[in-house]
Amino acid sequence: MSMKVSTRQVDGVTIVDCSGRITLGEGSVVLRDTVDGLLGKGQKKILLNLGDVNYIDSSGIGELVRAFTTVRKGGGDLKLLNLTKKVHDLLQITKLYTVFDVKDDEAVAVKSFS
Amino acid sequence: MTTQRLSYTYDSTLETVDSAEQTASQIATESGFEEDVVMQIAMAVREAAINAVLHGNAYDPGKKVAMEFEANGKDLVITIRDQGHGLDLSKIPDPLAPENLMKTSGRGIFLIRSFMDEVQINPSQTGTEVKLIKHVHGPAAGGKEASL
Repeated sequence: MSMKVSTRQVDGVTIVDCSGRITLGEGSVVLRDTVDGLLGKGQKKILLNLGDVNYIDSSGIGELVRAFTTVRKGGGDLKLLNLTKKVHDLLQITKLYTVFDVKDDEAVAVKSFS
Repeated sequence: MTTQRLSYTYDSTLETVDSAEQTASQIATESGFEEDVVMQIAMAVREAAINAVLHGNAYDPGKKVAMEFEANGKDLVITIRDQGHGLDLSKIPDPLAPENLMKTSGRGIFLIRSFMDEVQINPSQTGTEVKLIKHVHGPAAGGKEASL
Protein backbone atom coordinates (compact mmCIF):
# COMPACT_ATOMS: atom_id res chain seq x y z
CA MET A 1 0.00 0.00 0.00
CA SER A 2 1.42 3.35 -0.99
CA MET A 3 1.19 6.57 0.93
CA LYS A 4 -1.90 8.78 0.72
CA VAL A 5 -2.38 12.23 2.20
CA SER A 6 -5.22 14.68 2.63
CA THR A 7 -5.07 18.09 4.25
CA ARG A 8 -7.52 20.11 6.30
CA GLN A 9 -7.41 23.38 8.19
CA VAL A 10 -8.21 23.69 11.88
CA ASP A 11 -7.73 27.07 13.59
CA GLY A 12 -4.88 28.11 11.32
CA VAL A 13 -3.12 24.77 11.55
CA THR A 14 -2.80 22.52 8.50
CA ILE A 15 -3.43 18.94 9.49
CA VAL A 16 -1.97 16.41 7.06
CA ASP A 17 -3.71 13.07 7.44
CA CYS A 18 -1.29 10.41 6.21
CA SER A 19 -2.07 6.76 5.57
CA GLY A 20 -0.09 3.82 4.27
CA ARG A 21 3.67 3.51 4.14
CA ILE A 22 6.32 6.22 4.20
CA THR A 23 9.11 4.39 2.44
CA LEU A 24 11.80 4.88 -0.17
CA GLY A 25 10.25 6.04 -3.41
CA GLU A 26 6.66 7.15 -3.74
CA GLY A 27 5.83 7.39 -0.04
CA SER A 28 8.72 9.69 0.77
CA VAL A 29 8.12 11.76 -2.36
CA VAL A 30 4.44 12.28 -1.50
CA LEU A 31 5.35 13.55 1.96
CA ARG A 32 8.05 15.83 0.59
CA ASP A 33 5.80 17.30 -2.11
CA THR A 34 2.99 17.84 0.36
CA VAL A 35 5.12 19.69 2.91
CA ASP A 36 6.90 21.74 0.22
CA GLY A 37 3.51 22.62 -1.29
CA LEU A 38 2.15 23.83 2.04
CA LEU A 39 5.23 25.95 2.68
CA GLY A 40 4.89 27.39 -0.80
CA LYS A 41 1.38 28.53 0.09
CA GLY A 42 2.58 30.07 3.33
CA GLN A 43 1.04 27.38 5.51
CA LYS A 44 3.75 27.00 8.11
CA LYS A 45 1.90 25.40 11.01
CA ILE A 46 1.81 21.75 10.06
CA LEU A 47 0.53 18.81 12.06
CA LEU A 48 1.35 15.42 10.53
CA ASN A 49 -1.29 12.91 11.57
CA LEU A 50 0.48 9.53 11.31
CA GLY A 51 -2.32 7.53 12.91
CA ASP A 52 -2.83 5.44 9.78
CA VAL A 53 0.83 5.07 8.88
CA ASN A 54 1.60 1.44 9.53
CA TYR A 55 5.13 1.30 8.20
CA ILE A 56 8.09 3.57 7.79
CA ASP A 57 11.66 2.76 6.70
CA SER A 58 14.94 4.63 7.06
CA SER A 59 14.09 6.71 4.01
CA GLY A 60 10.75 7.65 5.57
CA ILE A 61 12.45 8.57 8.83
CA GLY A 62 14.84 10.73 6.84
CA GLU A 63 11.90 12.39 5.11
CA LEU A 64 10.29 13.24 8.46
CA VAL A 65 13.58 14.82 9.58
CA ARG A 66 13.80 16.74 6.32
CA ALA A 67 10.21 17.99 6.66
CA PHE A 68 10.83 19.07 10.25
CA THR A 69 14.03 21.00 9.49
CA THR A 70 12.61 22.55 6.31
CA VAL A 71 9.53 23.87 8.09
CA ARG A 72 11.59 25.15 11.02
CA LYS A 73 14.02 26.92 8.69
CA GLY A 74 11.03 28.53 6.99
CA GLY A 75 9.91 30.03 10.27
CA GLY A 76 7.16 27.51 10.92
CA ASP A 77 6.63 24.47 13.04
CA LEU A 78 5.87 20.82 12.31
CA LYS A 79 4.52 18.41 14.90
CA LEU A 80 3.54 14.75 14.82
CA LEU A 81 0.18 13.35 15.89
CA ASN A 82 -1.06 9.84 16.74
CA LEU A 83 2.03 7.70 16.23
CA THR A 84 1.40 4.00 15.79
CA LYS A 85 3.46 1.73 18.02
CA LYS A 86 5.75 0.78 15.15
CA VAL A 87 6.53 4.39 14.25
CA HIS A 88 6.82 5.33 17.92
CA ASP A 89 9.33 2.53 18.52
CA LEU A 90 11.37 3.51 15.45
CA LEU A 91 11.61 7.12 16.58
CA GLN A 92 12.63 5.89 20.03
CA ILE A 93 15.51 3.71 18.87
CA THR A 94 16.76 6.39 16.48
CA LYS A 95 16.61 8.95 19.34
CA LEU A 96 14.30 11.17 17.29
CA TYR A 97 11.29 10.86 19.56
CA THR A 98 12.49 13.71 21.75
CA VAL A 99 13.46 15.83 18.73
CA PHE A 100 9.94 15.90 17.35
CA ASP A 101 7.05 17.42 19.24
CA VAL A 102 4.74 14.40 19.41
CA LYS A 103 1.07 14.72 20.37
CA ASP A 104 -1.69 12.19 20.86
CA ASP A 105 -4.68 14.54 21.03
CA GLU A 106 -5.60 16.61 17.98
CA ALA A 107 -7.27 19.48 19.85
CA VAL A 108 -4.33 19.81 22.23
CA ALA A 109 -1.93 19.60 19.32
CA VAL A 110 -3.70 22.37 17.37
CA LYS A 111 -3.80 24.61 20.44
CA SER A 112 -0.08 24.09 21.04
CA PHE A 113 0.75 25.98 17.84
CA SER A 114 -0.69 29.24 19.14
CA MET B 1 14.12 -29.97 10.87
CA THR B 2 15.85 -30.10 7.53
CA THR B 3 17.57 -27.02 6.26
CA GLN B 4 15.58 -25.10 3.72
CA ARG B 5 17.38 -22.83 1.27
CA LEU B 6 15.86 -20.39 -1.18
CA SER B 7 17.82 -18.21 -3.57
CA TYR B 8 16.69 -15.19 -5.55
CA THR B 9 18.35 -12.86 -8.02
CA TYR B 10 16.95 -9.38 -8.32
CA ASP B 11 17.46 -6.43 -10.63
CA SER B 12 18.82 -3.21 -9.17
CA THR B 13 15.46 -1.46 -8.95
CA LEU B 14 13.13 -0.01 -6.35
CA GLU B 15 10.75 -2.93 -6.97
CA THR B 16 13.49 -5.24 -5.70
CA VAL B 17 13.36 -3.55 -2.31
CA ASP B 18 9.64 -4.26 -1.95
CA SER B 19 10.01 -7.82 -3.28
CA ALA B 20 12.84 -8.61 -0.89
CA GLU B 21 10.84 -7.28 2.04
CA GLN B 22 7.76 -9.32 1.10
CA THR B 23 9.79 -12.49 0.60
CA ALA B 24 11.53 -12.03 3.95
CA SER B 25 8.19 -11.48 5.67
CA GLN B 26 6.76 -14.66 4.17
CA ILE B 27 9.77 -16.82 5.01
CA ALA B 28 10.07 -15.41 8.54
CA THR B 29 6.39 -16.16 9.13
CA GLU B 30 6.83 -19.72 7.84
CA SER B 31 9.87 -20.09 10.12
CA GLY B 32 7.68 -19.53 13.16
CA PHE B 33 8.64 -16.02 14.24
CA GLU B 34 6.06 -13.88 16.00
CA GLU B 35 4.45 -11.00 14.10
CA ASP B 36 6.61 -8.27 15.66
CA VAL B 37 9.79 -10.21 14.91
CA VAL B 38 8.64 -10.89 11.36
CA MET B 39 8.28 -7.15 10.88
CA GLN B 40 11.79 -6.57 12.24
CA ILE B 41 13.33 -9.20 9.95
CA ALA B 42 11.44 -7.85 6.94
CA MET B 43 12.57 -4.33 7.73
CA ALA B 44 16.20 -5.39 8.15
CA VAL B 45 16.06 -7.13 4.78
CA ARG B 46 14.41 -4.07 3.23
CA GLU B 47 17.20 -1.83 4.53
CA ALA B 48 19.88 -4.24 3.30
CA ALA B 49 18.18 -4.36 -0.10
CA ILE B 50 18.07 -0.55 -0.22
CA ASN B 51 21.81 -0.45 0.46
CA ALA B 52 22.47 -3.08 -2.22
CA VAL B 53 20.34 -1.42 -4.90
CA LEU B 54 21.15 2.23 -4.21
CA HIS B 55 24.60 2.35 -2.67
CA GLY B 56 26.07 -0.93 -3.91
CA ASN B 57 24.82 -1.32 -7.44
CA ALA B 58 23.73 2.32 -7.84
CA TYR B 59 20.67 1.25 -9.91
CA ASP B 60 23.03 -0.18 -12.55
CA PRO B 61 20.82 -2.39 -14.78
CA GLY B 62 23.83 -4.60 -15.49
CA LYS B 63 24.29 -5.47 -11.82
CA LYS B 64 22.20 -7.87 -9.77
CA VAL B 65 21.32 -8.35 -6.13
CA ALA B 66 21.57 -11.96 -4.93
CA MET B 67 19.60 -13.03 -1.90
CA GLU B 68 19.62 -16.34 -0.03
CA PHE B 69 17.36 -17.45 2.79
CA GLU B 70 18.37 -20.42 4.93
CA ALA B 71 16.07 -21.74 7.64
CA ASN B 72 17.31 -24.65 9.75
CA GLY B 73 14.89 -24.60 12.67
CA LYS B 74 17.37 -22.77 14.93
CA ASP B 75 18.23 -19.75 12.84
CA LEU B 76 17.04 -17.82 9.87
CA VAL B 77 20.11 -16.74 7.91
CA ILE B 78 19.67 -14.19 5.12
CA THR B 79 22.54 -13.26 2.82
CA ILE B 80 22.36 -10.27 0.50
CA ARG B 81 25.09 -9.63 -2.07
CA ASP B 82 25.52 -6.73 -4.42
CA GLN B 83 28.01 -6.14 -7.23
CA GLY B 84 29.19 -2.69 -6.22
CA HIS B 85 32.63 -1.46 -5.22
CA GLY B 86 32.38 -2.61 -1.64
CA LEU B 87 31.04 -0.72 1.35
CA ASP B 88 33.62 1.30 3.28
CA LEU B 89 32.80 0.36 6.86
CA SER B 90 34.92 3.20 8.22
CA LYS B 91 32.60 5.71 6.57
CA ILE B 92 29.41 4.51 8.23
CA PRO B 93 28.38 7.28 10.62
CA ASP B 94 26.80 6.75 14.03
CA PRO B 95 23.26 8.03 13.44
CA LEU B 96 22.77 8.54 17.17
CA ALA B 97 25.69 10.98 17.47
CA PRO B 98 24.41 14.51 18.14
CA GLU B 99 25.99 15.83 14.95
CA ASN B 100 24.21 13.16 12.87
CA LEU B 101 20.84 13.06 14.60
CA MET B 102 19.15 15.43 12.15
CA LYS B 103 20.67 13.98 9.00
CA THR B 104 18.20 12.68 6.47
CA SER B 105 20.09 9.45 5.74
CA GLY B 106 22.53 7.02 7.32
CA ARG B 107 20.20 4.97 9.52
CA GLY B 108 19.87 1.80 7.44
CA ILE B 109 22.70 -0.29 8.91
CA PHE B 110 21.87 0.94 12.40
CA LEU B 111 18.30 -0.35 11.98
CA ILE B 112 19.58 -3.66 10.59
CA ARG B 113 21.83 -4.14 13.61
CA SER B 114 18.98 -3.17 15.93
CA PHE B 115 16.58 -5.74 14.53
CA MET B 116 18.81 -8.78 13.92
CA ASP B 117 20.69 -10.96 16.41
CA GLU B 118 23.87 -11.10 14.32
CA VAL B 119 25.00 -8.99 11.38
CA GLN B 120 28.12 -9.66 9.31
CA ILE B 121 29.19 -7.18 6.66
CA ASN B 122 31.89 -8.36 4.27
CA PRO B 123 32.89 -5.76 1.67
CA SER B 124 35.17 -6.59 -1.22
CA GLN B 125 36.16 -4.92 -4.47
CA THR B 126 33.52 -6.95 -6.28
CA GLY B 127 30.66 -6.13 -3.96
CA THR B 128 29.36 -6.30 -0.42
CA GLU B 129 27.91 -9.35 1.27
CA VAL B 130 25.65 -8.77 4.24
CA LYS B 131 24.64 -11.74 6.39
CA LEU B 132 21.68 -11.32 8.72
CA ILE B 133 20.94 -13.91 11.40
CA LYS B 134 17.88 -14.18 13.60
CA HIS B 135 17.69 -16.95 16.16
CA VAL B 136 14.33 -18.65 16.29
CA HIS B 137 14.50 -18.44 20.08
CA GLY B 138 16.11 -15.00 20.25
CA PRO B 139 16.17 -12.35 22.94
CA ALA B 140 12.40 -11.84 22.83
CA ALA B 141 11.92 -15.46 23.94
CA GLY B 142 14.27 -15.08 26.89
CA GLY B 143 17.54 -16.05 25.25
CA LYS B 144 20.93 -14.72 26.28
CA GLU B 145 21.73 -12.87 23.11
CA ALA B 146 22.56 -9.22 23.37
CA SER B 147 19.75 -6.89 22.47
CA LEU B 148 20.07 -3.32 21.20
